[in-house]
Order: sequence, then C-alpha cells, then structure tokens
Amino acid sequence: MLEVKAINVAYGKAQVLRDLSLRVEAGEILCLLGRNGAGKTTTMKAIMGLLPLMSGQVVVAGEAISDQPPHKVPGAGVGYVPQGRRLFSELTVAQNLEIGLAANRSGQAVLDNVLELFPRLRERWSQRAQTLSGGEQQMLATARALCLQPKVLLLDEPTEGLQPSMIEAIRQVITVMRERGVAILLVEQRVDAVLSVADRVAFIENGRNLETVSADEIRADHSIVERHLGV
Amino acid sequence: MEFGPYLMLATLEGAVTAAVLALTAVGLSLVFGVMRVVNVAHGEFFMLGAVLAWWAAGLVGGHPALGFGLAILVVPILVGLIAVAADVTILKRIDYDPERTIVATIGILYIIQQLTLMTYGPEARPVEAPFNTRLALPWFEFADGRPQIYWPWGLSTTSYKLGVIGAAAAVLVGVWALMTHTRIGLLMRATQLDREMALAFGIPVERVYALVFGLGAGLAALAAVLIVPIQQAHYLMGGDPLLLSFIVVIIGGLGSLPGTVVAAILIGVSDGIISVFFSPTLAKILATLLVALVLVFRPQGLFGARRA
Repeated sequence: MLEVKAINVAYGKAQVLRDLSLRVEAGEILCLLGRNGAGKTTTMKAIMGLLPLMSGQVVVAGEAISDQPPHKVPGAGVGYVPQGRRLFSELTVAQNLEIGLAANRSGQAVLDNVLELFPRLRERWSQRAQTLSGGEQQMLATARALCLQPKVLLLDEPTEGLQPSMIEAIRQVITVMRERGVAILLVEQRVDAVLSVADRVAFIENGRNLETVSADEIRADHSIVERHLGV
Repeated sequence: MEFGPYLMLATLEGAVTAAVLALTAVGLSLVFGVMRVVNVAHGEFFMLGAVLAWWAAGLVGGHPALGFGLAILVVPILVGLIAVAADVTILKRIDYDPERTIVATIGILYIIQQLTLMTYGPEARPVEAPFNTRLALPWFEFADGRPQIYWPWGLSTTSYKLGVIGAAAAVLVGVWALMTHTRIGLLMRATQLDREMALAFGIPVERVYALVFGLGAGLAALAAVLIVPIQQAHYLMGGDPLLLSFIVVIIGGLGSLPGTVVAAILIGVSDGIISVFFSPTLAKILATLLVALVLVFRPQGLFGARRA
C-alpha cells in the first residue's frame, strides 16, 4: 500500500535520509525503530511531501505521491498524526475535525464513525483544542487523521507522555485500523509498546536501512533490539 | 466656544482617521498573521487605491455618486489582483523567507510608487464625495440649572464623514464574519496556526497565501477609496498609513484582528484629538513612544498571545 523507494532527503546541506526504503502492506503495522536523530520523523515528513526529495519516490496504492504538490498528499489517502500532536490550537474540536474531513471530502458518515472510536471528543465538541488534556489532544490528532479515511496512517510517537489508560485506548484504535485494512507506519520509542502491536519492525540508523524483521522474531530473540539500539 | 464642543469635533475627526486606519491595519495584520510576511509595500496598495479611485471616478460622468460607486466596487478588487500577481510572481518565488520578503516588498514599494509618478504624475487630485451634506452638531449648556440643547456656530461635520465611519465598521464586521463563519476563513486560520499541518491536511497553502495577500491589499485600497474625497490622491500618500498601520499592528498584537481594531481606534482618535489641540507631529511622537513602551513592557502587544 505504501512504498518508500530509496529516498534521499536533506535539511539544507545536512543529508538526513540516505537511500531509505520501506514497504507497508494494507492491514499491516510497520514500526520504525532507531536512536534519536536516526531520521524517523524526517521519514514521515518526507512521505507527507513536507520535505523535498533529492531522489527516490513515495508510492501510495500505485500512485507516485512524491510527484505531486504537498497539499495533494492527504487527498491520496495518507493520514498523519505528527509528533507533539500539532493541533490547530485555537480552533475547536469540531473545526479541527472539519479540516480533516475536508482534506478528502469525507462526509457525515465518516465523522460519525470516527466519533464512535473517540466518544470523548463529542463531549468536548465546541471546546478549543488547546484546552483539552494531553490524552484528549492525542485522541483529536488521531481522529483528525482518521477523518480523511486514510489508506495509509503515519503515527509519530502517538503515546508520548500519556497515562497508561490513554496509551491502551490509542493502541486499540490502531489495532482497529489495522483490521480495517489500513497500512500503518508507526514511530515509537518504547520497545515493549512496539512489540505489542507491530507486525514488522524496520531498524534505521543515520538515515539508512538496517534490517527489517518480523515482530515475532524480536519477541523470540530480544538481542536484535539491543544490537541495533545499543541500550 | 467652550472646550466641550471642540473635543467632540476633534473626536469625530479622530474617528474618521481611526476608521480608515482600522481597515488598512487589519489588511496588514492579516498578511502578517497568516503569511508571516512583513509587507512594507502595504502603504503603496493604499496609495494605488486612492489613485485608481480618481481614475475610475473620472470614467463616469453625471452625479459624483456614480463615479465614486464605480471606484469603491472596482478599485479594491483591482488592487487585490495586482497584489495577487505580486505574490505569485515574487513572494512565492522566494519561499516567503522573512528577510527576503522585507527586501522584496521594499522593491515592490518603489516600483509601484515610481510607476504611479510616471503615469499619474506628481499632482494631488481630489475625488468628489458621493454625498456631502453639512450636518450641524448640537451641544448642551446649563441655563437656569437645566441642561438645554443648542447649536453652536461652526460646530458641524459632514454626512460623508459619518458615512466613512459606518462603511468601515460594516467592512470590519464582514472581515470578522469571513474569518470566523466561513470555510475559507477556517482554512486561513488553520494556515496561520500551523502551515505545515495545513499542508498535511490538504489545504492549498499557496492559494490561501495569494488570497490573503490580495485581501490585505484590497482592504488598504478600500480604506483609500473611502478617504480620498477628504484627503486627495497623491503618489506619496502611502507613507503615513504604512507607519500608522505598523504602529497599530504592533500595539494591538501581531496577527490579532480584534487587537488591531482596538489599537486603531485608540491611535486614530488620540491622533485626532492631539492634532487639534496641540500638533500632528506631537501625535505621531506619542504614538511612536507608545509603540516603544509596548515593545519593552508587553512585546506580544496588548491583545496578542505569547507564542510558545
């Protein structure tokens, strides 16, 4: 569903990603693991078209989205839950979701469906996003991305700084999305959280691919993680 | 005549200044708020509005209201389109980089100003007001211990000046409604809050920018069309509105529309009063001093939110 083909990305003169390739199938969760500064967030931004590619290609459902201007990427069915949530802070919950709906011309049915996953947001409907609690903000950020009926969902540290009950709620939603056939690319720091949901794990270092292994292999042999993350 | 009537007259003059200033400054504030572009050419869009109003009014004969009506309908749109062209051909090409946009808009300032001098010339030309009835203003005095209304000699304003205040207020309400109650306003605010996330959710940011730049310039042009029956069109008239708009936008809080309007009223009315009782120069000195104080003690402006 999502294919990243040998992309090279730089901030100014500092090259961050080098020939990085990833592949996520529909109904699969691929987790990106790497040390700080390995290029995980950069990979997500590059997929969204927010950073220009020096070379390489990003393909979603057979369509090369990297050839299109950045604002067309969500229309191709890519939902993005960025690190730090990045809500439209002064807008209400309703307005944040309206922007998500508009991105792919989704209708009321989609919204109802999303609110079923996050009933709490209905109670906060006309509250400003910045007045929500951390967990509610993460729910809203996720709901906003789900509003565009994504085929591909990018989640950048969705459980960062959340209490355990909230982490569990987010985890369940991710699993539901997998069952619905969404291709999910997940960046997560905590290895145990990764192993509880991921199907495959891609290790990256200095913007390059190391190995990509199935989560079962890691569960069987934990030394793989230590070898690549060096804790 | 006693002090009271003078004060009322000065306040009214100040209110006209405030009305025009509010429109101009809201345009500047919108552009800065959404695009993070400091538009030094904003005053020239104001000047273009006045000069084009003179040109448009000259196209139609008959009652002055016809020419003025044409000007007020066509000129802001025309100036807005010129601004959109400047955005697409210049600002977009330099990626809206903060420093380079300042230099670029200074360039646009001189291009517009000199082109106007070459075509329109150095004269100041008036546009006739669509309506201009003299309205005597009442005052009251105490006679036999009871307040009585009387009409002091020379205390008057014109219906047109009241019209300017009313029109500016109506347009400001329109801008507010556009920002808070329409889809395009929502997209503009989302772009203002987080440009990257706006892109990540399919908002065509470049088109929003072009629209905002055009809207900002159109507001300045509209303000100029309103003031030109009182002030005359001249190719150097853009300087003062630019300075005052910056003052107002800084005092009100960069990017805050309510703050901009309140600051415009504060600066406009006090400018009117101080100019009448002391001197216009003193009014500018005090306004600039106020900006300095705001920058020192409340850098986010009176109504601005601190950016995290």
